[in-house]
Amino acid sequence: MPESDGPIIEVRDLVAKYGERTVLDNLSFAVKRGETFVILGGSGCGKSTLLRNLVGLMRPFSGTIAINGEDFTAMSDEERIDIRRRMGMCFQGSALFNSMSVGDNVALPLREHTKLEESTIEIMTKIKLELVGLGGFEDFMPAELSGGMKKRAGLARAMAMDPEIIFYDEPSAGLDPIVAAGLDALIRKMQSTFNLTSVVVTHEMASVNLIADTVCMLHQGRIVAMGAPKELANIAHPFVRQFFERRPEEEGGTDPEAYLRSLTGSG
Amino acid sequence: MEVVLGGIGRVSLNALYASLRVCVLMVDTVTWMLVAPLRGKGLRLRTTVEQFVEFGVHSLPIVALICFLIGAITAMQASYQLARYGATIFIANLVGVGAMRELAPLMTAILITGRSGSAIAAEIGTMKVAEEIDALEVMGLNPTKFLVVPKFLAMLLAVPCVTILAIFIMIFGGFFLSTVVLRLDPMLYIEQTAGALVMKDLVTGLVKSVFFAITICWVGVYRGFQVEGGAEGVGKQTTSSVVTSIFMIIIVDLVFTVFFYFA
Repeated sequence: MPESDGPIIEVRDLVAKYGERTVLDNLSFAVKRGETFVILGGSGCGKSTLLRNLVGLMRPFSGTIAINGEDFTAMSDEERIDIRRRMGMCFQGSALFNSMSVGDNVALPLREHTKLEESTIEIMTKIKLELVGLGGFEDFMPAELSGGMKKRAGLARAMAMDPEIIFYDEPSAGLDPIVAAGLDALIRKMQSTFNLTSVVVTHEMASVNLIADTVCMLHQGRIVAMGAPKELANIAHPFVRQFFERRPEEEGGTDPEAYLRSLTGSG
Repeated sequence: MEVVLGGIGRVSLNALYASLRVCVLMVDTVTWMLVAPLRGKGLRLRTTVEQFVEFGVHSLPIVALICFLIGAITAMQASYQLARYGATIFIANLVGVGAMRELAPLMTAILITGRSGSAIAAEIGTMKVAEEIDALEVMGLNPTKFLVVPKFLAMLLAVPCVTILAIFIMIFGGFFLSTVVLRLDPMLYIEQTAGALVMKDLVTGLVKSVFFAITICWVGVYRGFQVEGGAEGVGKQTTSSVVTSIFMIIIVDLVFTVFFYFA
């Protein structure tokens, strides 16, 4: 695989639509090798859609996504499989296979994609689980784990094939601050130990300062700000300010007559 | 008027869309089942065997019980008419041919739909809701190869196997009732049954059961992949998979009954 100095992910003029509705409007950005790239935004800003496009679960309406300089969007499903082995993804709800033990979950990519001996796979599974702090949990079923442990197990599974890029979908969603901080530390550790490129989708301001090298802020399908976390704090864009200062949306339409009309549906 | 025409249009479009999706699924399944092993991408045999045990072996007790009872009921109902002509020995013909050509394959298919067709829809639906299907794709594992093919193969083996057993149990049910309750001569009954059945009856039953298996599996899988929006969606599609599947099984049954009548 060609090791280039260019960006590991390069997105150009990406447009994504659900039917008629445009969700992502002409996004262009690049993720540098080895950095932690955080996609930040409110609910419904299109950040999950962007992630689904990046990992290839959705095909974009137009525009290109290049991974390691290869256009991912134009590939056939067969060719994608090769690229996918170099990516890992941590899902919001961990997406562990509930019918398999934690160990089998982590071993699955190895069993399916490699011709390694079963004993080697077992050792590798143990290593990956140790790595995320779940040593000795191989024989547990996913239902027996807590939310934070499930996410850790999901990360171990994503790491199984030693990927170059890891995508995280809302890693701290639904976790208490302590567990969430633990997960942030883990993301950081993975990135520094293995020189991984991480792409993290989140709305959690607290995580951003801890893990991000670059932040890309989305609002209504467009990039409103991009840069290091410190730079972002100085940007004057009203949405960025609102997000950073945690102010609620202005309550519009206090006009009583307009409200009455909207209720009765007349006029 | 507009509402009616619009409704008809929507329903036909939806039906067309559904059949298109099922066709894509069929082609995909067959490709992964037949072509992939040739390219050195093996089938998941262990999972297939596990699924076979679940679909086939575990459904045996209930299928056996129901088929035994249906055989007995058929014999009793037949006797109600045939006794008037003193032709009760023809119960053997009716139960034998009826079980082999029609009742045993149909009852087996309907019971396996209720047990396993719904389970397939629920399993795939739950996996979809929990992003597990997405997880498979991101790992570079094709959901059709990984999930559908083992179920399809298992179903394709399980339904005919269970059907063969169901045929014998149903005939035994008729035999049991006729000899114990109706006091027919056991030897005569067996001879009469053996004389009534020809190879074509068995072929008819088995060909039907193969197509029932295909129907059960694909309806379950299709409904499973259609699940949207949480637990409610899983429940809705699971129910709908059973109803659709039984309807489709009856249609398939009709088509093959007509075909074998003239063939």
